Amino acid sequence: MKKQYFINANIIDPFNSLNENGGLIISEDGKIEAIGKKVNSNNLPTREKPIDLKGKYIFPGLVDMRVFVGEPGYEYKENFRTLSNAALSGGVTSVVTMPNTDPIIDNVSIVDFLKRRGRDKSKINIFPCASLTQNIEGTNMTEFGLLAKKGIIAFTDGVKTIQNTSLMSRIMNSAKDLDCLIMQHAEDYHLSKNGMINSGIIATKLGLSGIPDIAERIIIERDLTLLEKNKCRYHISQLSSAKSVEVIKERKNDIKFTCGVSINNLSLNENDIGDFKTFLKLSPPLRKEEDREALVQGLKDKTIDVIVSDHKPEDEESKRLTFSQAATGASGIETLLSLSLELYHNGSVKLDTIIQSLTSNPAKILRINKGNLSIGNDADFCIVDLDKPWIVKKENLVSKSKNTSIEDKRLQGKVTNTFVKGKELFKI
Amino acid sequence: MASKTKKAIKISQKHLLGIQDLSINDVNLILNESQSFIKLNQSKNKRLNVLNGKTQINLFFEPSTRTQSSFELAGKRLGADVMSMNMGNSAIKKGETLIDTAMTLNAMHPDIIVIRHQDSGACNLLSQKVNCAVLNAGDGRREHPTQALLDALTIINRKKKIQGLKIAICGDILHSRVARSNIYLLTMLGAEVNIVAPTNLMPKEIEKFGVNTFTDMKKGLKDCDIVMMLRLQNERMTSSFLSSNREYYEYYGLTPDKLDHAKPDAIIMHPGPMNRGIEIDTRLADDINKSVIKEQVELGVAVRMACLKIFCE
Repeated sequence: MKKQYFINANIIDPFNSLNENGGLIISEDGKIEAIGKKVNSNNLPTREKPIDLKGKYIFPGLVDMRVFVGEPGYEYKENFRTLSNAALSGGVTSVVTMPNTDPIIDNVSIVDFLKRRGRDKSKINIFPCASLTQNIEGTNMTEFGLLAKKGIIAFTDGVKTIQNTSLMSRIMNSAKDLDCLIMQHAEDYHLSKNGMINSGIIATKLGLSGIPDIAERIIIERDLTLLEKNKCRYHISQLSSAKSVEVIKERKNDIKFTCGVSINNLSLNENDIGDFKTFLKLSPPLRKEEDREALVQGLKDKTIDVIVSDHKPEDEESKRLTFSQAATGASGIETLLSLSLELYHNGSVKLDTIIQSLTSNPAKILRINKGNLSIGNDADFCIVDLDKPWIVKKENLVSKSKNTSIEDKRLQGKVTNTFVKGKELFKI
Repeated sequence: MASKTKKAIKISQKHLLGIQDLSINDVNLILNESQSFIKLNQSKNKRLNVLNGKTQINLFFEPSTRTQSSFELAGKRLGADVMSMNMGNSAIKKGETLIDTAMTLNAMHPDIIVIRHQDSGACNLLSQKVNCAVLNAGDGRREHPTQALLDALTIINRKKKIQGLKIAICGDILHSRVARSNIYLLTMLGAEVNIVAPTNLMPKEIEKFGVNTFTDMKKGLKDCDIVMMLRLQNERMTSSFLSSNREYYEYYGLTPDKLDHAKPDAIIMHPGPMNRGIEIDTRLADDINKSVIKEQVELGVAVRMACLKIFCE
C-alpha cells in the first residue's frame, strides 16, 4: 500500500479530544502515522500529492454495539459480506454482533466457526457476542471464561431478558470473577406479554396490546439493585422511556454501569407507526414524543453513553404480514450516522457528543482499541460530507434486507468514503 | 326518502375499514340508505337487483354466526353473487399469508371483500393489496364499523336522535372492537358516552377519546338513556384479568337494581352473543319493553345492505 495523505479536513476524534482542521497521513501498512493541524500542505514532501478534503469531516470508524447478522441460520436476511457492505456505506468499521442466530452463539465450537466466517467474508471488524444463557433459554449460564478466551468480548441474550432474578445475580457474580461485560435487554415479560407497541392511546386506537414503560424500568431497577452488591461490568442495551433515563441519571451517581439507546428511539415516536407500519414494530417500542425528548436530553447530558443502530435485517416475507404476525426490528446500520447527525443539525446535541457515543464510548465499554484515531492504530475512519442532502430509498439500501424504519426520510450528511486498516473500501 | 334528494353526496372512502375514517356526512349517508332497507326486509319480496352481476366474497378468519350470515343475506337480497369462505380450515392452515390469499382472491375479480380477522389492522393490509372495496367485519380489537352503525340506527329508531343522549358502554372494553367503533361513532353524533369497566378491562388512555370512565357501574349508568352491554371475551384473555365470573356478575353484570340508576325508559343493547348470567341478567335480556337486542340483529341486515350498495358503487 502506498502512503496516503489527506489535508484540509475537519477532524473529530473524541478519544484524543481532537477537534480541529488538519490532515491525516496513513502509513504503508495501513496505520495512522500523523494526524491533526500539523499535517498540512506546508509540511508535506513536495513530491506527494495530498488529497484535499475541502472541509469535509474525518471521524473514527463507527463502533456499532448492537447488530444482528443472519449468519449462521438466516443468511437470506443478512450475511457477513452484505453486512460489511452496508456498514461501510454508513461509516461503521466495527460491529458487535448479537448471538440470536440459528444455532445460538453459546459455545466454544460455534465461536470458532463464526470467527472464521467473519475473517473470510467480512471487510470490517466483527466482535461477536455470546449468549448469557445456553440456547438463550434463561436457565443455564454459558461458559463466560472459556468463551472470553476465544475472543468473545461481551455476553448478552440479545433480544431476550434474563427474567430469573437469582440467575441474574449469579450471572453478575460470574461476570465479576471473570471480568466479563454483560449486556441486558430490559423487558419484564409478564408486563410486556403479547405487547407490540407502546402502551397508551395509539395502542388503544390500533387495537394492539401495549408494552408499558415500567416493563423496562422494573428490570433496570432490579439489575441495578443487584449490581450494588455484585459489581460487574454491566451495560443496558437500549433505553426507550423518560422514566428509564430518570432512574439511570440518579443511579449513575452511586453505581458504575453504562447504557445505550437505539437511533430509532432517538429519532422517531409512536405516532410514526401510522397505519400499521410493520417496519416500525421495534423492541423496545417507539414511545411518546416526551420519551424521545428525554432520550435526546440523556444523550446530551451524557447519562446515555452509546447510540446503536439496533440493525435487525428482516426479509420482506417476515414483514408483509399483519402487525401482530410481523417480525420485530428495523435495518439501520447504513443510516446510523446520517440519522444521528439530524440531532446535530437541529441543534439538539453537540457534534462531539454524537461522535463520542458512536466511537470512543462503545470502544471503551467493550475495551477494544477501536473508535479512535491514535497514532500507530489501524486507520479505520470515514470521510463525511456533513451537509450533503439525501433521501433514504429502499431500493438504494446496501443491506440484504430493506426494512428501514425511515423510508423516504430526508437526511443531511453522508459518508463519502470509508477506510479499514488504511484501505478505502467504500466510496460514493 | 331523504337520501334520494341528496344523491349528489358520495362516500369519501374507498373502503369501510373503521368509523375513524368516516366523516359525519359518510355516516349520515349510510344511515339514511339503511332506513330504506328496513321496510324492504320486512316485506314479502325482499329481493332487489342493485348489485346484479357483482361478486361479494366473505372472508372470515374468525368464527362468526350473526355477522357472517347478516353480510351473506345482505348481499343476496341486493342480488350479488355471494361466496363465503370460512378460512379456519383452508389455505391459511397450509401456511399461506393474508397477502397471498388476498392476491389469489383479487385475481378472481371480486367487487367487494368482507373480511373478519383476529389481528387488528388485517383489513387495512388487505385493502392495500386488492383492487376492490374492502368492508371490515371486525379486526382484532380495533374496529367493527357495521356493528356501530347498526347500533346507531337502532338508537335513532327508538329515541329519534343521538345528539344529547347519555349512553353507557359496559364490560370488557379492552378486548372489544365494538366498543371502540361505538365510541368513535356515538361521540361523533353528539352523544355523551360513559365507559364502565373494571380497570383491568379498561384500555389505556381511553378517556382521550372524549368519554367518561367509571369503575362503579351504578355511577356509570346514572341517568343514561342507553345501556350497551358487551360480551366478556374469555377467549381473548391470556392471563388473569378477573377473579371469577360470579364476582364479575356481582359488580358488572346488568341486573335490575343496577339498571334502576339509568333513566326509567332506558333501553338495553348487546351486540351478541350473550353470556347470560355473566354480563347480563337473563330476564333483562328477554324483557321486550327494555331490550332491543333482536332489533339490533334485524337492523344489522339493513345497515350491511346499505354499506354493500354504497361501497360497491
